[in-house]
Formats: sequence, C-alpha cells, structure tokens
Amino acid sequence: MSVLSEDLRQKILAYLPRYPSKQAVTLPALHVVQDALRCVPLEAVREIADLLDLSPAEVADTMTFYGFFRPEDKPLGKTRLWVCRGLACALRGGEELLSDLCQRLNVRPGQTSADGKVTVEFAECIGVCEGAPAVLIDDAGRGDVTPDRVDALLAELRQ
Amino acid sequence: MLMPDFEPVLLRRILRNADVSLEAYRADGGYRALAKALGEMAPAQVIDVVKASGLRGRGGAGFPCGVKWTFLPKDHPGPIYMCVNADESEPCTFNNRILMEQDPHQILEGIILSCYAVKATTAYVYVRYEYGPAARAMQRAIDEAYAANLLGRHVQGKDIHLDVFVHRGAGAYICGEETGLIESLEGKRAWPRIKPPFPAVEGAFRKPTIVNNIETMACVTHVVDRGADWFKSIGVPPDPKNPRDAGSYGPKLYCLSGHVNRPGCVELPLGITVRELVEKHGGGVWKGKKAKGCIPGGISMGLMTEAEFDTPLDFNGPGKVGCLGLGTAAVTVFDEDTSIVDVLYNVCRFFAHESCGQCTPCREGTGWMLKIAERLRRGQGRLEDLKILEEVGHGMGIMPGTTICGLADGAGWPVKMAVRKFRAEFEDYLRAGKKSTAALAGVH
Ligand SMILES: Cc1cc2nc3c(=O)[nH]c(=O)nc-3n(C[C@H](O)[C@H](O)[C@H](O)COP(=O)(O)O)c2cc1C
Ligand code: SF4
Ligand code: FES
Repeated sequence: MSVLSEDLRQKILAYLPRYPSKQAVTLPALHVVQDALRCVPLEAVREIADLLDLSPAEVADTMTFYGFFRPEDKPLGKTRLWVCRGLACALRGGEELLSDLCQRLNVRPGQTSADGKVTVEFAECIGVCEGAPAVLIDDAGRGDVTPDRVDALLAELRQ
Repeated sequence: MLMPDFEPVLLRRILRNADVSLEAYRADGGYRALAKALGEMAPAQVIDVVKASGLRGRGGAGFPCGVKWTFLPKDHPGPIYMCVNADESEPCTFNNRILMEQDPHQILEGIILSCYAVKATTAYVYVRYEYGPAARAMQRAIDEAYAANLLGRHVQGKDIHLDVFVHRGAGAYICGEETGLIESLEGKRAWPRIKPPFPAVEGAFRKPTIVNNIETMACVTHVVDRGADWFKSIGVPPDPKNPRDAGSYGPKLYCLSGHVNRPGCVELPLGITVRELVEKHGGGVWKGKKAKGCIPGGISMGLMTEAEFDTPLDFNGPGKVGCLGLGTAAVTVFDEDTSIVDVLYNVCRFFAHESCGQCTPCREGTGWMLKIAERLRRGQGRLEDLKILEEVGHGMGIMPGTTICGLADGAGWPVKMAVRKFRAEFEDYLRAGKKSTAALAGVH
C-alpha cells in the first residue's frame, strides 16, 4: 500500500524539470511529504527513492542530516512553534520564553502538546532579531513575543 | 568618511513602504538597468563595470564580486549555474530577509543582470526554510517576471534564456557555506567540499557555478544602473597602509540587535563605527545602561569591547581589533550586566549544534568548547579552562589548515576573543566560584 497519494506524487514529480539531476528533488520531496503527513514515514522514504531513481539509503541519508524531518513515531502537531535561542533573543528573554511555553503546554522541546495542536522546538537564530524574543510559526517569523503576548499566541495556536 | 547627505539605495523603496509588484517596481525606475544592459552592453562589459565598482560580496567573506565572475572557464559550452545564497543563518543577521520580503524585484533584477554577465542559464535562489514569507515573495516576483518575459526563453526578444527557481533549505547553518549549499541543492547532506576545485570551475551538478549573496545581487542592480564611479563615491577607499585591502565601497545594510533601544536594519555607507551605529541609529544602549561589548558582524567574527566601538565597520576595520572580518555587519550589543560566560555559552552552543561533523577538529572542538562553557556556567570551571578554550580555538579552522570549511574558524574566533578581551572578568568569575544566574530552558 502506498503512503504517497497520487496528488503528492504529482507534486513531487512537478519539481523534476527544474533540475538536471533527479536527486536534487530530494529536499523538495521531503518537504512535500512532511507538509502533508506531518512526518516522513519510512515507506515514504522508499517511495521517494523510487520516484527519483535513488536507493532508500540515499534519501534517508539526506533526510537525517537535517534535524528538520520527523520520523513516523514523532509526527508534528498541527503547528510547529520554534522558539529562538540565538544570541539576540537570549539577550532579550528568549530562554525564558522557551521555558514558559514548554511549561504552559506541558512539553519538553521537541514534543507536542497533548491536544496535538502545537509542537514546540528550539531554533537557532531565525533572522527576526530586531523583534527579539522571536518565534517561528511553521515557516513564518514573528517578533516581539514579550511575556504579555504569550497568552494571545497560545490562544491563536490552540484554535 | 560618512557622507552627511547619504540617501538610502537598497532600502529606498522599502523605507517608503513601496508596493512589491512588478508594476510598482517599474514605476520607480526598476528594470531600467536591465534594459540598459541588454540594449547596449555586452556581458563582458557588465562584468567590467561590476569589477570597476569594487563591489565586494556581502555574504561574509567580502570577495570582490566581478573578480569572482572572471574565474569561470572561458568559452565554456555551458550550462553555467548561478546560486543565490539566501540561507542567511549567521546569528543576528536579517537584512536578506527584509530585502526579499519587501523589494524582491530589486534582487531579481540583479540576478538577471548577473546571469547575463556570466552567461548562466539557470539560477537557484537557496532560501533557508525559516524564511517562508521571503521565499513566497521571491516566487511571486519570479512568476511576474516570467509573465513579463524578463525570464524564460528569449528574454526581451534576445537570444538569452534564463530560468530562476526558489529552492528551500531545511534548517542547517552549514547550507550557507557555498559548497555546503551546492551539496544541499543536489539533494545530498550539506557537507562542504574540499577546495579546489572552486565552484566557479566545478560547482553545482559539477558545472561552473557562481555563488553570490542576496544583498550582493541587489547591489549589482544599482551598479549597472548608476555606474562604477557612483558606487565608488560611497564608502571607504583602500587603506594605503594595507596593500591587501581592496577598499570598502558602496552602501551596506547593518543589522542592529541585542541591548539597544531601537534594534533594526539601517542602510549606511560602509565604514560607520559601531559607536555611531549604536548611539545614533540604535538609540543607545537600553535601560540607560552602558555597553559591555558587541558581536560585530555575526557571531563568527569575534567580539569587541565597548572601548573598541570606534572601530569602523568596513572590510578592513574589524581586523584591526582582532576580529575575523566585517562578516555580515550584524552588530549585537550586550550591556554591562551581561555575563561574558553567558555570551560564551550561547556562542559555543550554536556552533556545537551546527558543525556538520565532517572534520574532527571542528566536530570535537565545538563539542569540547561547549562542555567547558557549560562547566563554567555551573560554577565548576577552572582557570586552566581558559587556556584549553584558547588552544582548541586556535587549532580548528581553514587558517590553521585543519578543516574543510570556515565554520570552524568562525567557531573558534569568538571563543578566543572572549577569553583574550574579557580575561579579567573570567578570572574574577572563576576565582570567586560564581555560577551563571541567567535563565536557560534546560536543553542544549
Ligand atoms: C559556515 C559558513 C556559513 C555561511 N553562511 C552564509 C550565508 O548564510 N549567506 C551567505 O551569503 N554567505 C554565507 N557564507 C559565505 C559563502 O560561503 C559565500 O562566500 C558567499 O555566499 C558568497 O557570496 P558573496 O561573494 O556575494 O558574499 C557562509 C560561509 C561559511 C563558512
Ligand atoms: S569545518 Fe566543521 S562545518 Fe566545516 S566541513 Fe568541517 S566539520 Fe563541517
Ligand atoms: S537571535 Fe533570535 S531571531 Fe536572531
């Protein structure tokens, strides 16, 4: 049984004309899969390898280099919330923000809240340093997450 | 060297909140440089003007842009690739993000001009994953450019073909190193390559490749539009006492963060001092405190003490106070109450997390430096630890010749600088048996 729907396969194949090698589609393919399934199951690794004429080991090698992709036993919640611990944020309350968010969601960094809504992670500088302390909501940065704004942020993410 | 009447160039439209659309960009004189180049300049002439302008790469290394372009093999049958480096992961740096989000066509025009100059037929804009809105803004600009025949087959009716694609990373600092970027683009783990061969000779997909930063691309647009002499009228000429200084011309986007009243990105001629940046543009140090020091150009460049704040931030200045270079010109200020132990710990944690693990001195060295920094935090440090930190820092990098890429130099530098410039504070801390009181989320 295939874990990649026809739609996902087509999305991956659409990247092929952009590159002179099929292997270059590895990262786009992993993104397509994780965006849809919230993780990259082992079976998907095999199927990506099949689509790109690679061995599953080659896809797995690339995938695991980036701490970014999740195996199937650690899927992401609905939203991935990264909290920056880079220097500019650490100087303006980033560590406190990460502790606070973890405590309120009752998770450790890397874990997902019990309602499945939010996965909290730490991030290295996310490039929103003028708004330190900053977070990344999936792939969009948000600055000025001061203690008084944490309630509103959590309410937004739990919706 | 500061020009009192400096008018922003790269942020000109952004400061006005100008629209990002192609139409609005054109109404502001956009794509005029491209029309000029395609109409009256041969590719070699574009290279010449960029070379004559003295434009140096803005990604960190400061290599002269036009000179790099001439390293491509002559009369290569192609394809030649352009990789635009938007990985921007050097801590405390965010100007590429602002440029992409708020004026993507300014960058795209520079990309098209550069590809025309070096005869590249495909450009990949490698955008770090964390920059979703920036990647989408670039993609919209690219789509508009295809529709307007600024990209694609027969650009503006000429015998020029160019495709530009956005390629998104997956959260690894090392993908900003140019050969790590290329490996990542090819779908492999981002292990930097041994050089030579340099990318200009053998780069992406084993073909000649130019790697340039986003801000460099934006500068190219204005160099072609307004000429080399205009560009050279901004910034600092070469230091006559330093025969290897190629000058620091043009405008620069300085990123200011940390303990200042007004953090942000400001555009100024190269050569502004840290003090002026902090006092005049950053509104001074927060809470009425004094600064203890700063990170002058991303954390890889080392540290400056407050006493060194009169150092000009050009390609030559930071080196005079022992820093590695201008880097990304991202200044992060820390105030007098910040413990240097906490700064050291933060820096060591970053590099231990981001070393790609390929070279032993870097993989092990960053790990050991972090262990020692942790020990200092916990109050279990010893005076000898300072010596060990310096030794490890000295031993790793391209400069001592022990590693493949410059991440290791950048990891060692702030550690060496911290110990050297703040030794008295470390010694007091150790002698008094202090512990760090700064909050930490309990993870490494
Ligand atoms: C560890 C490391 C990380 C780097 N990260 C970046 C980056 O995020 N963006 C960038 O433009 N250059 C980065 N560079 C520099 C690139 O290798 C390369 O010199 C640069 O992209 C060339 O562009 P430029 O000449 O226009 O500056 C990095 C270098 C090293 C050693
Ligand atoms: S110096 Fe460090 S980051 Fe660079 S290739 Fe070696 S191990 Fe990797
Ligand atoms: S240090 Fe947090 S966004 Fe840069």
